[in-house]
Amino acid sequence: MAELTKELSQMANEQAIQADAAPQDAAEPGAPTVIVDDLHIVYRVFGAASEAEKGNAANALMRIIRRQGRPQMKEVHAVKGVSFIARHGDAIGIIGRNGSGKSTLLRAIAGLLPPHKGSVYTDGQPSLLGVNAALMKELTGERNIVLGCYAMGMTPAQVRERYDEIVEFSGIGEFVQFPMSTYSSGMGARLRFAIASAKAHNVLLIDEALATGDRDFKRKSQERIHQMRKEAGTVFLVAHNLDVIEETCNRVIWLHKGQIKMDGDPTTVLAAYNA
Amino acid sequence: MSQPESAVADSRAGDRARGSSQSGKESLSALAERHGLRRAIARPSLPVYLRQLWERRHFVLTYATSRNVSKYSDSMLGQLWQVLTPLLNAGVYYLMFGLILGQKKDITNYTAFLITGVFVYSYTQRSITGGAKSISGNLSLIRALHFPRAALPLAYTIQEFQQLAISMGVLAVIVLVTGEPLTWMWLLIPVVLLLQTIFNVGMSLLLARIGAFVRDMNQLLPFILRTWLYTSGVFYSIPAKMDGQPAWARILLEFNPPSVFIDLMRHLLLATYPRDLDKFGYPHSSLGQLWLYAAFWAAVALIGGFWYFWRAEERYGRG
Repeated sequence: MAELTKELSQMANEQAIQADAAPQDAAEPGAPTVIVDDLHIVYRVFGAASEAEKGNAANALMRIIRRQGRPQMKEVHAVKGVSFIARHGDAIGIIGRNGSGKSTLLRAIAGLLPPHKGSVYTDGQPSLLGVNAALMKELTGERNIVLGCYAMGMTPAQVRERYDEIVEFSGIGEFVQFPMSTYSSGMGARLRFAIASAKAHNVLLIDEALATGDRDFKRKSQERIHQMRKEAGTVFLVAHNLDVIEETCNRVIWLHKGQIKMDGDPTTVLAAYNA
Repeated sequence: MSQPESAVADSRAGDRARGSSQSGKESLSALAERHGLRRAIARPSLPVYLRQLWERRHFVLTYATSRNVSKYSDSMLGQLWQVLTPLLNAGVYYLMFGLILGQKKDITNYTAFLITGVFVYSYTQRSITGGAKSISGNLSLIRALHFPRAALPLAYTIQEFQQLAISMGVLAVIVLVTGEPLTWMWLLIPVVLLLQTIFNVGMSLLLARIGAFVRDMNQLLPFILRTWLYTSGVFYSIPAKMDGQPAWARILLEFNPPSVFIDLMRHLLLATYPRDLDKFGYPHSSLGQLWLYAAFWAAVALIGGFWYFWRAEERYGRG
């Protein structure tokens, strides 16, 4: 079956490339853009036992001196030996249950989490779609647009050029002059998506939560993602909404408890996943 | 998110490692090399890293300003607190050390002497505290976006610098009100601030890495910083206090970085301060020596801190 799925995804590749034969640089069709080689990710989680952590400085001192027993710390082995090759023109959906390591894998591809073992090789700098963490809710929409764009690495000229477009796409109107803490959750989500999608990417990583806002905005953001997909060389999409995956992707990786359970064309993998 | 280890067996059956079956004998790393792919998380060389940091200067500046603005945004007086906070600080310290404890005998203008010390010291103190939290408190940002991580401790120090600039305005008014003359020496104040800022950036980078991996540091730091405060001659004059003690002990205290910056600032800002030192005839480091110490500390802290921070660049996302 591996052979079959390989064949199928190859075909899908070629179709995708024909459809998207757009402004790409010299990369030959099907050239690898992301190679993940036996990747293991372990990260540390500090437990929510904040009462024990705070206040008692004597305890903190003793723990440093003894160099032992930090009771609140847990190591999470989130990705356990994942290998695959993503090629130019691929749109890869990553599915799996909560906690199967999807988001972690995405962050490792983006170069944001260091591998415990194995490695990730990429062509250029893959970027996650999302700036939420850089924004400050006490600030106005205007300031947040500028801050978010800079956080994504845009230049002042690019920010000026894109500013109106971001405001317009988000559709929040004069609310852009109010602090983001006064926004409804839908408005906040729209502005965040508008900022995040203002930049073009070579390898684009999209982590869920796209379907935000009202129906109108959902349609608008879907269109924007389609467009970004065309401009990007390779797209990774993490989503629970399988319809979105089926629509957008030409290949699906099924992660289960940190390992690849299945990798192939959407129809086959999604059928197995739903079974 | 934790997974039982037994889960490993589950997926053995699945067709994993598609890549290796595809490329046959060629290993994945060789394939990556053939196509010119690079490791996603390789640490850039120091010059490249510096250039990336320079490219992110707009982010650093905007981030610092935004944090300052958002800090007071939910209070009624708003940005007025940027001036009120240093003023109230000065008032509290004056009440405590100027009036109640009465530490005045060696120093003509104790109010200005004390407040200069407090403002200069708290600049370093807050840069260090901020730096220690700059990585550990921003993990979500680090795990979401790609940028040289040194941008964060740097932004925290610049945020403190913006606050200090306001404090210095308050300080200048206090100094003039207490009867000190405006002298040409004031022109050198920006140089002291520059050296101190360089020192603070270095310390902030150093503590950022320590704070990122040793979480307990945030609990311990207030104690270290308070001890440092009491040994830095903020409330007293080191030459006066060390009169009759061995010279090396005095020089040791004077060589302590915060003391150096505080002392320099007092020499420049207060005409009465050097006069007091001469009047009582206490041995003390000369102005030239102080400049030398300051330059030394700035260089050591910046180079050391930057190098130390950069060495762990690729690991900060791990937490």
